[in-house]
Amino acid sequence: MKQFKFVPVVALAASLFLTACGSDAGNSAATEASGDTVKVGALAPLTGDVAIYGQTTLNGEQLAVKEINAAGGINGQQIEFIVEDEKGDTTEATNAYTKLQGEGIVALVGDVTSKPTLAVADLANEDAVPMITPTGTQFDITAGKDHVFRVCFTDPFQGLMLAQYADENLSVSKVAILTNNSSDYSQGVAKAFKEEAEKRGLTVVAEESYGDADTDFSAQLTKIAGVGAETLVIPDYYQKIALIASQARDAGVNATFIGPDGWDGVVEQLEGNTEVVDGALFTNHYSVKDSAEKVQNFINAYKAEYNENPSAFSALGYDAVYMLKQAIEEGGSTESDAIVSALSGIQFDGVTGALTFDADHNPVKSVSIIKIENGEYNLDTVLAPK
Amino acid sequence: MKRLKKQSYIFSAVLIVALFVLVTLISTTVFKRYHNQLLVLVCIHVVLAVALNVTVGCLGQIHLGHAGFMSLGAYAAGLFAKSGIMEPGIGEFLVGTVIACVVAVIVAIIVGIPALRLKGDYLAIITLAFGEIIRVLIEYFDFTGGAQGLSQIPRLSNPPFYLALTIVSIFIMFSVMTSRHGRVVLAIREDEIASDACGIDTTKAKVFAFALSACFAAVAGSMYAHHMGILSAKQFDYNYSINILVMVVLGGMGSFTGAIVSAIGLTVVPELLREFESYRMIVYSLALILIMIFRPQGLLGRKEFQVSKIIQYVTSRLGRNEVDHV
Amino acid sequence: MTFLLQLLNGLQLGSIFALIALGYTMVYGISKLINFAHGDILMWGGYIIYFTIPFFISMGLPLWLSVVPAILFCMALGGVIEKIAYKPLRNSPRIASLITAIGVSLLLQNIVMKYIGTGALTIPKIFKANPNLPVSVNFIITVVTTAVLLTLLMLYMNKSKYGKAILATSEDYDAARLVGINVNTSISLTFVIGSAVAAVGSLLYVAQYAQITPTMGSMLGIKAFVAAVLGGIGSIPGAVLGGFLLGIVENLTRAYISSQLADAFVFGILVVVLLVKPTGIFGKTMKEKV
Repeated sequence: MKQFKFVPVVALAASLFLTACGSDAGNSAATEASGDTVKVGALAPLTGDVAIYGQTTLNGEQLAVKEINAAGGINGQQIEFIVEDEKGDTTEATNAYTKLQGEGIVALVGDVTSKPTLAVADLANEDAVPMITPTGTQFDITAGKDHVFRVCFTDPFQGLMLAQYADENLSVSKVAILTNNSSDYSQGVAKAFKEEAEKRGLTVVAEESYGDADTDFSAQLTKIAGVGAETLVIPDYYQKIALIASQARDAGVNATFIGPDGWDGVVEQLEGNTEVVDGALFTNHYSVKDSAEKVQNFINAYKAEYNENPSAFSALGYDAVYMLKQAIEEGGSTESDAIVSALSGIQFDGVTGALTFDADHNPVKSVSIIKIENGEYNLDTVLAPK
Repeated sequence: MKRLKKQSYIFSAVLIVALFVLVTLISTTVFKRYHNQLLVLVCIHVVLAVALNVTVGCLGQIHLGHAGFMSLGAYAAGLFAKSGIMEPGIGEFLVGTVIACVVAVIVAIIVGIPALRLKGDYLAIITLAFGEIIRVLIEYFDFTGGAQGLSQIPRLSNPPFYLALTIVSIFIMFSVMTSRHGRVVLAIREDEIASDACGIDTTKAKVFAFALSACFAAVAGSMYAHHMGILSAKQFDYNYSINILVMVVLGGMGSFTGAIVSAIGLTVVPELLREFESYRMIVYSLALILIMIFRPQGLLGRKEFQVSKIIQYVTSRLGRNEVDHV
Repeated sequence: MTFLLQLLNGLQLGSIFALIALGYTMVYGISKLINFAHGDILMWGGYIIYFTIPFFISMGLPLWLSVVPAILFCMALGGVIEKIAYKPLRNSPRIASLITAIGVSLLLQNIVMKYIGTGALTIPKIFKANPNLPVSVNFIITVVTTAVLLTLLMLYMNKSKYGKAILATSEDYDAARLVGINVNTSISLTFVIGSAVAAVGSLLYVAQYAQITPTMGSMLGIKAFVAAVLGGIGSIPGAVLGGFLLGIVENLTRAYISSQLADAFVFGILVVVLLVKPTGIFGKTMKEKV
C-alpha cells in the first residue's frame, strides 16, 4: 500500500493555505495613496551578529524622525516611519524590503551592512523606490542605479584616502595589511589601499588575513612584526579591532595602526585598556570634537535620548533622514521621480559634513582623520574632496 | 487493489494540477511582490528540507554540511548565469541547474566514499568540517568573487516556475526513495550490519543517498542564485545547515510530508511573527531538545499523507466494501 | 627565532584547545555523545568571569580568582544539562542525542544573545605582563596550567575510586553496571569534571584574548573536537596531544603557508586522520556490537 503515498499535494495545500493567510493580512493594509503621512521605510539588522551596528544607526534615524515630526513634519505631513528588522541576512533583507514596498513606502532609508544593502538596492532600483543607505559602503551599491544614494563614502574611497594619508602625512614607506577573509568591507578597503599605496611607491611588506570567527591573530601579527612594517592597515569593525590591537603589542608590532570608519567605537569597546590603540588613526565621517553647532546639537540630543555617545553610524542615519526630508521639500512631492531628481542635485549640509552627489550617487564630501589619543577621538586633519 | 491504485494516481495528479493552477493564478493576480518572494523562499526551503531528509531521515546519518552543497550549487549556477553563455531565461536556468547538480554530485561522491565508511557521529563532524572547507575555498578564490561574493547574477522572477520545479524535485526524490534503491537505503537505517550481511553494498547505497541529497541541495542553490541575484559564501554557514536540520527533525525524520510541512511552516510563521524575532532561535533550540526527548521521531514520525488512505476512507464510508484491504 | 615564536604561539593556542578537548574526549568516551554544547559551557564561564570580576576588583583580590565562581557555575551547568537533556536519551538512537546536543548549544548561545547582548564584552587584564621574561606571562600560565590539569586528571582517573568507575563505565557500560558501579553517577561526574576543566579554559582564554562574545564557543568547540579526534577520542593524553598539535599546525599554516587557508587545513587534517586512522593517535579500536 505504501507506494500510493503522494506527497506534493500536501505541499501545495499547505503552501496555498499559508500564503493565502499572508495575503489577506497584506491586503487589509493595502496601499492608500499617501493620506496625511509620508510613509518612509527603514531597514536595519536589529537581531543577529551585526545587530549592534543596526541598532545604533536606527537610533540616529529615529531621533531625526522624532525631531522632524515635532517640528511639523515634511511639508506639513508627519513621517510614518516603518522599521523592519533584516537580521543582517541577505534573504531576510529582501523579504523585509518587499514587505515595505507592499505597504507603499515613498522612500527607503537603509540598509546598514553592505551585502544586504546591495541585494535591496537592486530591487529598489527596479521598483523605482528612492533609497538612501546611511552606511552601505560597498562600491556596487549605488553604481549605475538611478534610485539609490548613500550618505557614507565608499570602501575604495576610504582605502585611497588612507593610502594618501600614510604617504603624505605619515611619510612611511613600509606598510602592512591585515584583513578579514569573510568581510567584503574589509576586502574592499584593503584592495583600494594596496593599489593606491603601490602607485605611490610604498612597499606592501605583508598582506595577512584572518577568518571571521578567529580570535587568535598571533601568527599573522608575529609575521608582521618580523618584517618591520611602519604602518599597519586593519580594515574591520571595532569589535575585531579591539581584539587585534590588544594582541598586536604583545606580538611586538610597533607600527602605527590606520583604518577606516569601522574603527569608530573601538575606545568604548576597549573599556579603559585603550593604550593599545593609542596613536591609531582612522577615516571618519565627522568628529565628535567638531564645535559646529549642528554637530554639538546632534550629540546632545542623542545623549539626551539614548543616554550614550552617538557613533558615526548614528550620525549617518540621522543625516539620511534629514536628507530625505530636504529632497521631498525641494522636489515638492513624494513622487519617486521628484525625490530622485531633487536628491541628484542636492546641496546637503548635515552632521557628517556638506555633500553633493557625483554621477554614481556617491557623496562628494570631506573626510575627517581621527587620531586616538589617551582614549579620546581627536580630529587630526580634514582631507577635502578632490 | 488495482482500481484503488489507479484511482489514487488519477486523483493525486488532478489535485496537483488543480492546486498548481490555483497557486499560479493567485500568485499572478492577488499576490504582491512580498508574497511571491515568500512563495519562492518556501519552495527553496522545501527542496532543501526534503533533500536533507533523504540523508538524515531515510539514511539515518546526520549531515551538518547541507548548506555547503547548496552553496556549491548556487555558485555553479550563478557563475554560469553570469558567464553569458546563454541568454537569461528558463533555458539558461535549467542548463545552469544541471551543471550545479553535476558539480554537487561529483563533490558528494568524492567526500562521501571515504566519509560514509565512518559511523554516525564522525560523519556529522566530517560533513561540518567539509561545509567549512567549502566556505573557506569560495572566499579564497578570485573567480568566485572572494568575500565580495557574486552579484548581478541575471535574475529569474517566475514564482510558478519555481513552484513547478519544486513539485518535480519532490516527485523525483520521493520516487527514488520508494524504489528498490530507496528501500536499500531504508534497510541500512534500520540495521546496517544486517543489511551488510544480506549482501547489500552499504557504502554504495549510502553514497547514493548522500549524492541524491547533495544534488537537490544544488537545485535549491540554483533557485536561490537565480531568485536573489546575489551570493556570498558566508550566508551558507553552519547555522543555515542547522536551520534546515531543524525543519527535518521537527517534521519527522524519514517523512517527506513532515519535511514539507515543517519547511513551509518554519519559513512562513517567522515572517508572520516578525516582532518576536529575537525569541525565534531560543524557541528553535528548545524545540529541538524537547522534540528529541518527548517525540524523537519528530511531529509526524514516518507518516505520510496518502491519497489512497483518503479514498479508502471515503469509499468505505460509502459502504463499498469491495475495496481490497491488503 | 620567528619560527620559535610561531611555535610558542601555536603551543599556547593549542593549550586552550587541549583543555576543551579534554571535556569532549571524556564525555565521548563514557556516553558516546559529541557534546556540541561543550564550547558554549566555556563561553558561559567567560561571562561568569566578566560579571564577577568587578567584585574581585572591589575586594582587592587577584582577578584570576574569578575562575572559582566560573568553575562552580560551569560544574552546575554541565550537571544540569546532563540530567535534563542527555539522560532521558541515553537509550535512544545516537542521532537523537546528537541533535539534542546541537539544541543545547544553540540554546546556551541564544540565551546570552537575547538577555546579555550580541556585542563583544571586554575583560580587564587578568595577569600582569612582565617585560623581563622572554615569553609572555599568559603563555607560561597557560601551558603550565594545562600540564598540571592533565597530570591531576590522569591521577584522578587511574588512582581514585570514582575515576576508576568512570574508566570502567566507558569501557563497558553494562558490565560496569553488573559489577555494582553506579553508572549514572559516573556519567554525571564526567560531565561535571569536563565542565570544570572548560571553566579553567575560559579563564585562560579571556586572559589571552580579553574579549567575550556569545558565539566564541562554537568555532573553538569544533576545533577542540577536531583535536580530540586527532588524539584519539576517549583518550585523555590524546586530547592534550591533539590540542597541541592542532594549535601548532594552525599557527604554522597561518605563518608559512596561507593565513586564508588555515581553517581549510585544520579541517583537512581531520578528514585525513579520519580516513587513515579513524581512531586517532592514541585511540583504541572498538569492537562493533551486534
